Amino acid sequence: MFSYGKEYQVIVVGAGHAGCEAALAAARIGCSTLLLNLSLDTVAQMSCNPAIGGLAKGHLVKEIDALGGEMGLNIDVTGIQFRVLNTRKGPAVRASRAQADRRAYALRMKQVLEAESRLDLKQGAVDALEVEGNRVVGVKTREGITYRGQNVVLTTGTFMRGLIHVGLNHYPGGRAGEPPSIGLSDNLRSLGLQVGRLKTGTPARLDRNSIDFCRLEEQFGDDHPRPFSFLNRRIEQSQVSCYITYTNERTHEIIRQGLDRSPLYSGIIEGVGPRYCPSIEDKVVRFPDKDRHQLFLEPEGLQSNEIYPNGVSTSLPPDVQLAFLRSISGLEQVEIMRPGYAIEYDYVDPIQLQPTLETKLIEGLFHAGQINGTSGYEEAAAQGLIAGINAACRARGEEPLILRRDQAYIGVLIDDLINLGAPEPYRMFTSRAEYRLLLREDNADQRLTPFGRKVGLVDDKRWALFEGKLDQLGRAREIAARVRVAPGDRKQVARLGLPDLNNGASLEELLRRPQLTIKDLAWLDEELEGFPGEVLEQLEIETKYAGYIRRQEDEVARFRKTEEVRIPEDFHYAGIGGMSAEVIEKLEKIRPRTLGQAARIPGVTPAAVAILSVLLRRG
Amino acid sequence: MNTETTIIAPATPPGEGGLAVVRLSGSSSESLLRRFFKPSGKFPSLDSHRLYHGNLVDTDGSLIDEVMAVLMRAPRTFTREDVAEIHCHGGPLIVQQILDLFITAGATLAQPGEFTLRAFLNGRIDLAQAEAVADLIHARSVSAQRVALNQLQGKLSQIIRIYHRQVVDLLALVEAHIDFLEEDISPPQPDVLCRSAEEIIEAIEKLLAGFNSGRMIHDGLRILLAGKPNVGKSSLLNCLLGESRAIVSPSAGTTRDTIEESLLLHDLPVRLIDTAGIRHTDDPVEQEGVRRAREKTGSADLVLLLINADQHPDQDDLLALDSCCEQKLLLVINKQDLSPPVQLSPPWSDYPQVFISAKYRQNIDGLIEAARDLVGLSGGADSGESVMLYERRHYQSLLQAKSCLQRFISGCRAGFGFELLALDLRDTLQSIGQITGETTPDQVLDRIFSQFCIGK
Repeated sequence: MFSYGKEYQVIVVGAGHAGCEAALAAARIGCSTLLLNLSLDTVAQMSCNPAIGGLAKGHLVKEIDALGGEMGLNIDVTGIQFRVLNTRKGPAVRASRAQADRRAYALRMKQVLEAESRLDLKQGAVDALEVEGNRVVGVKTREGITYRGQNVVLTTGTFMRGLIHVGLNHYPGGRAGEPPSIGLSDNLRSLGLQVGRLKTGTPARLDRNSIDFCRLEEQFGDDHPRPFSFLNRRIEQSQVSCYITYTNERTHEIIRQGLDRSPLYSGIIEGVGPRYCPSIEDKVVRFPDKDRHQLFLEPEGLQSNEIYPNGVSTSLPPDVQLAFLRSISGLEQVEIMRPGYAIEYDYVDPIQLQPTLETKLIEGLFHAGQINGTSGYEEAAAQGLIAGINAACRARGEEPLILRRDQAYIGVLIDDLINLGAPEPYRMFTSRAEYRLLLREDNADQRLTPFGRKVGLVDDKRWALFEGKLDQLGRAREIAARVRVAPGDRKQVARLGLPDLNNGASLEELLRRPQLTIKDLAWLDEELEGFPGEVLEQLEIETKYAGYIRRQEDEVARFRKTEEVRIPEDFHYAGIGGMSAEVIEKLEKIRPRTLGQAARIPGVTPAAVAILSVLLRRG
Repeated sequence: MNTETTIIAPATPPGEGGLAVVRLSGSSSESLLRRFFKPSGKFPSLDSHRLYHGNLVDTDGSLIDEVMAVLMRAPRTFTREDVAEIHCHGGPLIVQQILDLFITAGATLAQPGEFTLRAFLNGRIDLAQAEAVADLIHARSVSAQRVALNQLQGKLSQIIRIYHRQVVDLLALVEAHIDFLEEDISPPQPDVLCRSAEEIIEAIEKLLAGFNSGRMIHDGLRILLAGKPNVGKSSLLNCLLGESRAIVSPSAGTTRDTIEESLLLHDLPVRLIDTAGIRHTDDPVEQEGVRRAREKTGSADLVLLLINADQHPDQDDLLALDSCCEQKLLLVINKQDLSPPVQLSPPWSDYPQVFISAKYRQNIDGLIEAARDLVGLSGGADSGESVMLYERRHYQSLLQAKSCLQRFISGCRAGFGFELLALDLRDTLQSIGQITGETTPDQVLDRIFSQFCIGK
């Protein structure tokens, strides 16, 4: 066995969306960092749909950006279509989404990794951890190299014992055309971690030249595309369109005919798949009354002919895939370039994690991304960032970063994972966030930039920009409270269309009226008018939703009461007579840090929480 | 808390009585009992849940009392600990002697409510049930006991859970359209949402409407005796009480203050309030009585307004009527024995009426029935199926839930964003959850996934 001489402070295994963020964060904080991937030709791959963001996911990307992560910056320069979703709804549920040029996205991320001075990017397949006692001290690759390091972040994606299904055929693979990672999950199991199996899937990729687009509904990007990153003011590149089509009864009939050769319905697949992202065969079976299902045809890149048909992920045999696709309007002549498939993979139950994403069992071992049972690039990147930060903090003997549910979607994500586990692949939704009206895309910078600054990921340039924005916002608030429109100012009253203005009103009061926007009012003050759009938008949202925001802040105050009742680490649950063995087992397993966390563990009954609460308060 | 200790307390109220019960709970209950209780006859050990006759003796062997004792071994006991009960002769002295004996031997005097607290900490009962236990102990009557028992068995929780699920369903409709906007799901129609919310409100209102009855059964129905001086209110009160407590005097204005009595009328706990006769007066003392009487009328569930059957109502009767005509009122026409009743004209004939003779105790049953009818407690209160709200905390929570739903409806009609409407529904769930302590982690998503075809 060859031991690589250098001792790393942080080793990251896997260079997907989680691994890239973890490695960049650790290196930027100042740790000597190693990033290992099975192949250096497959860094930052988009294995499934070529898009970043969407509802709740866009929120995550903005949070990653505010903390000093890379994902937002990367999509801003490699996106080929940008849209803000839900623009007709309130600010809390507006979200950014972009189609990515898959290859450009991966290429730029690799360049960023390569340019990072404290980061070594190397090819290598890790098949075991080096562990001394209950501490990790390095990793071992199948090539026979041992890398030493006290902090290891595992981001294995779908690679651990990956098994690809196409119809009744299956073969080992981590992604179509790539070998799986063998040995590591057995190693983790032998160390005492609980390993489970999940399933996900992806549709066929289609040849652009075989699609008749002119009969399909075209979906354009926004006229004024908005960037994800706080550091970017505008998107320069031109945008491309997506197209919308639908399945029909004939499609469904073909699918039903093929079910006997579906690995899902013939019982070959044992892993649990996501309910929110069912395969087309799943949709047809579970919702027989629905006579059509929607498809988005998304380009995979400017230099590529491949089209991603969003909505028809499938593991049916290739002949059934081709037949059902050709029954769809616009796809009558379609050619499949890569068949769709389902993949089963090993994951490690995330209830074995601390809120820092370090495993409870093995000191220095962190998990992020699909290994924790999540799905989605954004969920992976968010965890990667936190794991990277906390691995670096541990290496440097600093306080870890733990975000609460009322502070960030990232906080909701991690809190859910460590308390609920991941019985199915976990995806973020806005409805998972109790304090949704506070956790908006538009205020992600205000919520999280200070945390990013504290851990050392927000550089002086971003910090200065951020402080400048806060100053302007403060000024804008003052102006809004001070500047008044009097009923006598006939010109102003007429221009605002306010015949009912009898007593005069401050700009702030006017802004609360549903029919008036900041654009209607900003001209009333010269300084205000000169502020950038984001500042004015922030003022508008804060003012218009003040009542709702206050309501949620009250809820947060109540939430924090139970959140601040700490449970001692060595708390003895077994001695409590009033709890069922099942409840005690769950509490012993998760060892919640606070009473609030205990209450969120499924199966821990309100009665048990009440008992716990009495015991804790009695001391 | 130290659950290692064995606690002791009298289980019966203080004072003289035929019997008193002293109760122990904790691991030493059995050894303590065996040490001082000598069963008549030879029993090498005591069977659990079996009553034994014997003597309770002091440390020096001298007799304290002849008692019955029962040992109940864990876990089939109220506290889920070993429990012992000693049934001794009533009387504060004996009880005190027994307590001293056991406390000297190592037992601790129980804090108020500690038996219930132990039952709760040992998982025998949950918080809502603990409340019900306290009520069961204090229940004044058979009906009140039934309401408390229902809660103990979780009937209220069951109904609340139905509301909870209905709101979750509604929330799922709203949330689906926020999180899955590109999913080809048609947005929920505001009038459909409103209708569902209205249905839930209706159901909640039904439960809320029962609060008054529940509260009356639980706390006692407040009945005010009103009428001009000397019309016979005190006689009626005495007649209802079955004993003479208030002064019955032919000279007007004797009962200057209000007198409040608790009694059971056909299972129904009642707080009967006798007031000073209401009439014009210049006497300051009497004025005070009149003022108090007027205050009392405001808080009563029912007013029994007494008038004479043998004379047409006069100015003083009208004055009495004026003072309580805002209230639920039963006209009680007294002195049926003296002469045939007069014909009543408006406004008197507008009120429900019942004829009685307080002096000869005639038709008192009819009066009680009429009173029960008027406050809506005829029969209904006895029905074993009814789930009644009587806890003010629960009432407030449901009231809050109702107002959240109303806010949701008006928001819906005004075209507010779904994320704001969702907030109202989440607040509703929170209010409902205060009663049973339920939380909704993944429930909403579960509903969405089962109702809609989600997934691109």
